[in-house]
Amino acid sequence: MHLILFLFFGGICVAGAVNLLVQRHPINSALSLVVVMASLAGEYLLLGAEFVAAIQVIVYAGAIMVLFIFTIMLLNAGEEERSKGSRVAILLGIPGVAIGGVLVAWTLLRHSNTAWVPMFALPGDPRAIARLLFRDFLLPFEVTSVLILIAIMGAVVLASKPEAVAPPKAAEPTPREAPELVASGRER
Amino acid sequence: MSITTFAIVSIIKSIAVIFVLLTAVAYSVWLERKVSAHIQNRWGPTRVGPFGLLQPLADGVKFIFKEDLTQPYVYKTLYIASPIIAVVFAITAISVIPFGNSITIGSITTPFQITDLNIGLLVVLGITSMGVYGVALAGWSSNSKYSLLGGLRASAQMISYEVSLGLSLIPVLMLAGSFSLREIVNKQQHLHWNFFYFPFGTLAFFVYLISAYAETNRTPFDLPEAESELVAGYHTEYSAMKFAMFFMAEYANMVTVACLSTLLFFGGWLGPVFGPPIVQSLLPVLWFCLKVFFFMFLYVWVRWTLPRFRYDQLMAFGWKVLLPTAVANLVVTGLVVAWKPDIWLVK
Amino acid sequence: MTIPLSCYLILSGILFTCGVLGFLIKRNIITIFMSIELMLNGVNLSFVAFAAQWHALSGQIFVFFVMVVAAAEAAVGLAIIIAVYRTRETLNVDQVNLLKL
Repeated sequence: MHLILFLFFGGICVAGAVNLLVQRHPINSALSLVVVMASLAGEYLLLGAEFVAAIQVIVYAGAIMVLFIFTIMLLNAGEEERSKGSRVAILLGIPGVAIGGVLVAWTLLRHSNTAWVPMFALPGDPRAIARLLFRDFLLPFEVTSVLILIAIMGAVVLASKPEAVAPPKAAEPTPREAPELVASGRER
Repeated sequence: MSITTFAIVSIIKSIAVIFVLLTAVAYSVWLERKVSAHIQNRWGPTRVGPFGLLQPLADGVKFIFKEDLTQPYVYKTLYIASPIIAVVFAITAISVIPFGNSITIGSITTPFQITDLNIGLLVVLGITSMGVYGVALAGWSSNSKYSLLGGLRASAQMISYEVSLGLSLIPVLMLAGSFSLREIVNKQQHLHWNFFYFPFGTLAFFVYLISAYAETNRTPFDLPEAESELVAGYHTEYSAMKFAMFFMAEYANMVTVACLSTLLFFGGWLGPVFGPPIVQSLLPVLWFCLKVFFFMFLYVWVRWTLPRFRYDQLMAFGWKVLLPTAVANLVVTGLVVAWKPDIWLVK
Repeated sequence: MTIPLSCYLILSGILFTCGVLGFLIKRNIITIFMSIELMLNGVNLSFVAFAAQWHALSGQIFVFFVMVVAAAEAAVGLAIIIAVYRTRETLNVDQVNLLKL
């Protein structure tokens, strides 16, 4: 049962991740990433981490990815073109990552622990997490709130439109010139 | 009970709840038309059935038979998927909402709720967060400037007011001590409704109500979809059944908000119960339905009474007024609950 | 009802590898950024899997902090991308190769 559900969510996850790589238009990649995050929330539920699963949906899939989709819509990102750079990247990137991945997997599986994880292993209820978060991890919690504040300020400053440059003084009509303009206007 | 009995009972409950929800959505359209008509001193639908009660049926038939235009310049997949996303997430939120205590039929006792998660409130918040996608993708995939602007405005408004919505619910959580919706209602016995927990519960209720009105894109915050602004916003290019699905999604969101308001602030299904056991099981559901009906009426009443906000006024209000209010309410309620958890300032 | 822990770790590794691959082969800045988020998600999964193995809740707490940092990074990164787009008029990383226009 655990295996079937794990394979179900895991399959959706991997399909979404591969779709992110394969799709050319960034909006399709963004939506596949949303699918990946939702299926990861399912995986967290399988392990019993229900609060983390809910937070994953609310924060990651519901806020961060909405931000990505806003940016894609605002900047009107189009499909990717095939260029020399992308060909080089594919030629070198895929074999490189494949070699690196095999190396890491071989190293890890050589020293693998054969631990078995039951379904709903974790006590992931909000009460237990709150006890840890607000007692043992209080300092990192407060520091992350400062981090978010800095991020908000930085994002607002970076994304704001640059102020219009003030016209140089010589171009402005001097007070001596202005009455002439006004007078000429009255004459007409 | 055995696993098969549980599965069958759950399936029956799910079908019943979805059926009731869809009927409620259809008849909330009728309610809106009748109430708005009487506010404007006219009759509303009167011809189709007594008091116009079969009007939703006529509307449904109209939507099915209308020509389903699909423009050639839209992004096909997302254009078709957006109303589906909107409707799916709007209807899913009802799955954790309890309507009453348990009911016993024969030897099977089952609660009036599809499932009681101990993170029920978070699930509802998560589903409303995901509902933003329906709006944003609808606006973008329609490939027209009115839709894009309307969709961006609507989704920016929704994610802005989500923050104060979540923050306004935290005092309720502090009073109840659990995310489970059934627990929150059970802590409001004997008219100790969270709304009467003056002033924090009342303030939390009003912040929640205003944020929820903005979240569901209803007046006075319905600039992104008003007919006189931006053509029709994100559903400009939709017709017939797809438009009907957006319509249904909006009213289903309203029903969810009304249900949450009663559960979190007005005691849910709590009310006087008497009589034989079957009546004792069904009376709480009646009280719940009456309270939800009141909130739907309030939605319609507010819509046809207040003018709408301009978009910059709307966003300024959300970030500069509601968010500090919600945070201040949270902090002060936390202090009061920590000092004396059983204090009731209004008895 | 138990499965070996390496199942979760392999899934986490696959997600991370897809993230690295996306980071290397994609040419759109926003897609590269999304691959970074994919990598972070893979790491989150392995945190929760190890927390389940050792019945230690600190794994989940760390997942929170990773999510918060990812949110802050996404906000600032997207703001930078918008600023870059305003001056360079392109989202292709191959064409953002001059320090000064």
